[in-house]
Amino acid sequence: MTHAALIDPLRVRQDFSLLDPTEGGARLVYLDSAATSQKPNAVLEAMDDYYRCANANVHRGVYRLAQEATERFEDGRRAVAELVTAPLPGTIFTKNATEAINLVAWAWGLRTLRPHDVVMVTEMEHHSGIVPWQIVAKMTGAEVRFAPITPEGELDHEWIDHTLASAPVRMVSIVHVSNVLGTINPVTDIVARAHAHGALVLVDASQSVPHMPVSFADIGCDFMAFTGHKMLGPTGIGVLVGRPELLDEMEPFLGGGEMIADVRTDGSDWADLPSKFEAGTPPIAESVGLGAACAYLSSLGLDAVRAHEVHLTAYALDALSEIEGLRIFGPRDPARRGGAISFHLPDLHPHDIAQLVDADNICVRAGHHCAKPLMRALGVNATARASTYIYNDTGDIDAFVTALHRARAYFAG
Amino acid sequence: MPGLDDLYQQLILDHYRRPRHRGTLTDPTIEVDQHNPLCGDELHITVRIVDDQITEIAHAGEGCSISQSSASMMSDAVVGHSVADALTMIEHFRRVMHGDVAADETILGDAIALEGVAKYPVRIKCALLSWMALKDGLINGTPTAQEDQ
Repeated sequence: MTHAALIDPLRVRQDFSLLDPTEGGARLVYLDSAATSQKPNAVLEAMDDYYRCANANVHRGVYRLAQEATERFEDGRRAVAELVTAPLPGTIFTKNATEAINLVAWAWGLRTLRPHDVVMVTEMEHHSGIVPWQIVAKMTGAEVRFAPITPEGELDHEWIDHTLASAPVRMVSIVHVSNVLGTINPVTDIVARAHAHGALVLVDASQSVPHMPVSFADIGCDFMAFTGHKMLGPTGIGVLVGRPELLDEMEPFLGGGEMIADVRTDGSDWADLPSKFEAGTPPIAESVGLGAACAYLSSLGLDAVRAHEVHLTAYALDALSEIEGLRIFGPRDPARRGGAISFHLPDLHPHDIAQLVDADNICVRAGHHCAKPLMRALGVNATARASTYIYNDTGDIDAFVTALHRARAYFAG
Repeated sequence: MPGLDDLYQQLILDHYRRPRHRGTLTDPTIEVDQHNPLCGDELHITVRIVDDQITEIAHAGEGCSISQSSASMMSDAVVGHSVADALTMIEHFRRVMHGDVAADETILGDAIALEGVAKYPVRIKCALLSWMALKDGLINGTPTAQEDQ
């Protein structure tokens, strides 16, 4: 984290119309970026400009407008591939991270898994990293096993090593950063251990790519999934990165236009990567927007983005810890976790917390965060979660803590 | 708190802090589990019915102030009534939550305080959870616990 310029959240906020008090009136304290990030004006303008000046369908058009659209679309792919050091042909656009994981589960898992094969997931997985494997396991006779978490909210690495050594694990599907606990999993290390036992690894990087430098090449995994809308980009676009040699061997996921080399009445041939996995008209404007988001993140520098997150997370953990009875889930060391902080108050239900602090213009999430197995492991039905990003400052944390005290007093009567 | 007093009325906070009919009946006539998939809240309701009258009802589980106070108010409202009357109350409450009719205090009792919840779409499910659980139990007799997905 040397030489990283610091993030100035007040300066950053000026780039976000929705967060700029000069435009919106009352100041919004947005602490739900783990659900979706706000969008900088540069992203909105790039998409607007695409629709106003360059809109055409991509790839097959001969006319110049279609070429311009194709170039802007593919520029988005290049920007994404560069940001995460991914091979360009292996950088596939999907609808979201969920679809990216489903793509692997269906196009790889359904044709590869055999009865009694094991897919290893973790207790801290988002439902998107669990359910696709359960569906495919049911169809193939494979088994989904859950790596447990320790009381500190870290993975039980002994269990993982024991299972890799003793069971026919074909796939390890694991979240890079937990959307509930904030835990940063040592994915590079896990990949090496899984590969040593012949298992492939899919890393769900939805909560890491927006917040820290992430390199597909350095992690060494076989597949990586993430989504555009959590990294300043638009909704409607996700990314699957895969090793091209694996993707080449796989059959397509969805069929249709764009993904074929030839279609005959007696069968069809598939297009080269990445088109083979991009059936139908792709998310063109969304790619343009995501490209602009990558440029915005790069201009800040992801080292600086991460340093800001560590700074804010340390501040928030300290501030929340001072609230009597409040239980924080996940690692307490800001260097070992992301910026999503989930907690529990014995006398205040998460729904009531979220409802009451909303009266102070503060957005936090309440619920199971699409991680019900994790909720069960933690022994709760729901948590409240505050998550930060580049536009948050310590003043936002202070505002939230003050609102929490007010909410508590309100319910205590 | 500004803007929220129509949601969190004093009567609601009162039922939340001191819930009525909290607990679990032994050897109930009807036993039903219900969960809110949106927030993970769980509710366990037990009912004793004698000669078609709800003589006792109890609710257990975890939930937000709205779902917990609603379970308390519902229990107050239906106890001592016939199964048919309870189903009428439940239907009235459901329609109130969906904004179809104005709340009738003679039907709902304290639960009229929940009328303001109708303005908060994501919380309507919280308020309805216990009522729908009871409806399920009354219509389906003695259902086995609904398996959590």
